[in-house]
Amino acid sequence: MSALLEVRDLAITYRTRQGLLPVLHPLDFTLAAGQTLGLVGESGSGKSQIALALMGLLPGNAEVQGRIVFEDRELLALKPAERRSLRGARMGLIFQDPMTSLNPHLTIGLQLAEVLELHRGASRATALAAARQMLEAVRIPQAAQRLAQYPHELSGGQRQRVMIAMMLLAKPLLLIADEPTTALDVTVQAEILKLLAQLKREMGLSLLMISHDLGVMADIADELLVLYAGRVMERGSASAVLTAPSHPYTRALLACRPRLDTPWDQPLPTIAGLPARAAPAMPGCVFAPRCAAVQPLCLERPPALREFGHGSAASACHFC
Amino acid sequence: MSPVQQLWARFLEHRAAVFALGLLGLIVLALFIGPALSPHAVDSIDFDGEWATAPSVVNAHWFGTDSLGRDVFVRALSGGRISLLVAFAATFVSLLIGVSYGAIAGYFGGALDEWMMRAVDILYALPFLFLVILLMVLFGRNVVLVFVAIGAINWLDMARVVRGQVLALKQREFVLAAHTHGMGSAAILRQHIVPNLMGVVLVTVTLTIPQVILTESFLSFLGLGVQEPATSWGTLINEGAREMQQTPWALLFPAGLMALTLLCFNLVGDALRDVLDPRDSP
Repeated sequence: MSALLEVRDLAITYRTRQGLLPVLHPLDFTLAAGQTLGLVGESGSGKSQIALALMGLLPGNAEVQGRIVFEDRELLALKPAERRSLRGARMGLIFQDPMTSLNPHLTIGLQLAEVLELHRGASRATALAAARQMLEAVRIPQAAQRLAQYPHELSGGQRQRVMIAMMLLAKPLLLIADEPTTALDVTVQAEILKLLAQLKREMGLSLLMISHDLGVMADIADELLVLYAGRVMERGSASAVLTAPSHPYTRALLACRPRLDTPWDQPLPTIAGLPARAAPAMPGCVFAPRCAAVQPLCLERPPALREFGHGSAASACHFC
Repeated sequence: MSPVQQLWARFLEHRAAVFALGLLGLIVLALFIGPALSPHAVDSIDFDGEWATAPSVVNAHWFGTDSLGRDVFVRALSGGRISLLVAFAATFVSLLIGVSYGAIAGYFGGALDEWMMRAVDILYALPFLFLVILLMVLFGRNVVLVFVAIGAINWLDMARVVRGQVLALKQREFVLAAHTHGMGSAAILRQHIVPNLMGVVLVTVTLTIPQVILTESFLSFLGLGVQEPATSWGTLINEGAREMQQTPWALLFPAGLMALTLLCFNLVGDALRDVLDPRDSP
């Protein structure tokens, strides 16, 4: 079976006044139909840039190289109008903050109906009926009344459900979720994750999940890609990466998770130093300055992503 | 509650502005039905009474007559009608041009924005009054020309305000969300940006209307605006000022009515600005 989404040597560079700024170094990944791929990394690691590149929504001064094959079509070769017709219809994106991603001046119903009117040429009435069904599918109570309400009348969790409904209305195959639960509190977060997992099963979606939260990934992802400074540090099945991380960066990330059994008077563990900017060209490994297990070799030569074990597991470190 | 209903609820808390809005409604009503209530016409001269009679109830010259014996009440109201019509027409023109110009410049940004806004700067730099006088000399006295000139100058403010607002709006996530479900730029502008502009546009409109009334009056005062037998507040104030020793009422009534109208517009505009203050809007 061919993969739904195949990304080869995807690299993103921004043209700025200070010169070229690489934010993503060439990377590969594959997402099979019905699977969930998780992208993990700190701020500035290039996670969201990947999401925007897949959607074709990067700003004008960004240069995208490589190949993005989606449903056997090379996205980067498509005309802007063709890409636009894919957005929403075949692939959807939900963002971090449901508070600001709905238009405060339009009712929920109108904003949902808009999607179907756009892609299906549906009439207002049929679009609203479909919108109501979709609100029920994302488990919003009293869906019919909600259609007439404005975004500020809904809670944060409900707004994120509305966003999910909006992106699923045209029945896309790929849903990209860019930190969909970061702005929500923990109990709501769990419900949204459960909902995403259910919808994925019901609608046969493929999910590209972006998060800095390893707990979220453990719940939902099949495969994981750990990013740091625009480079892949480690890749593998979620269970393998989370239970037996091989790269020092992944290990450090896991060590940073607050645990219930951490004594309350101990400071929470952190990774020393600041996240590297994607920009500086350094001879060695980008994570070397912050790595606990750094060796002289790490500062001299960049490690390649080496596959090991079975499946797609791979790690970019000289010493593992 | 829709955002508009919320704004209205908050507007009702500004009591002075609510009063001003009510008064404004009364004034507009009076402008349109008032002249019909008086037995006198705009341009008829009352040969029965003395010319230049003081205000009185007996002869139905409620605001008196001017030095030519014409009824000041009827003239002040029908003059106000013209002033207000000019104001609304010019504001509407500036609304149409200003909103679309500003929205396009702000939304598409970059070099287009740069060129469009430099053009606005250049138009700002033109001495407006000289331009109007020049047009008068070239094309003869023509009221329509005055309106066009006023409208053509007033959209500049609107365009600047709208552009600034659009620059902020297009960064909002719901615009990105619209992009992610494949909406085109024209549809995004129409459905997502422009409805969100209504607040600032409304404030600018309520502050533009009195400004246009003033400009029109100023031009009429200089003898460049509305011509006899039609009249406007500016024309009336001009005539009244010439005879202010003999017939002070011919100056005071139109001037007072105009001042009251401007005050009401400004009060309403200020209240709207408070109501729409982005710092405490949802």
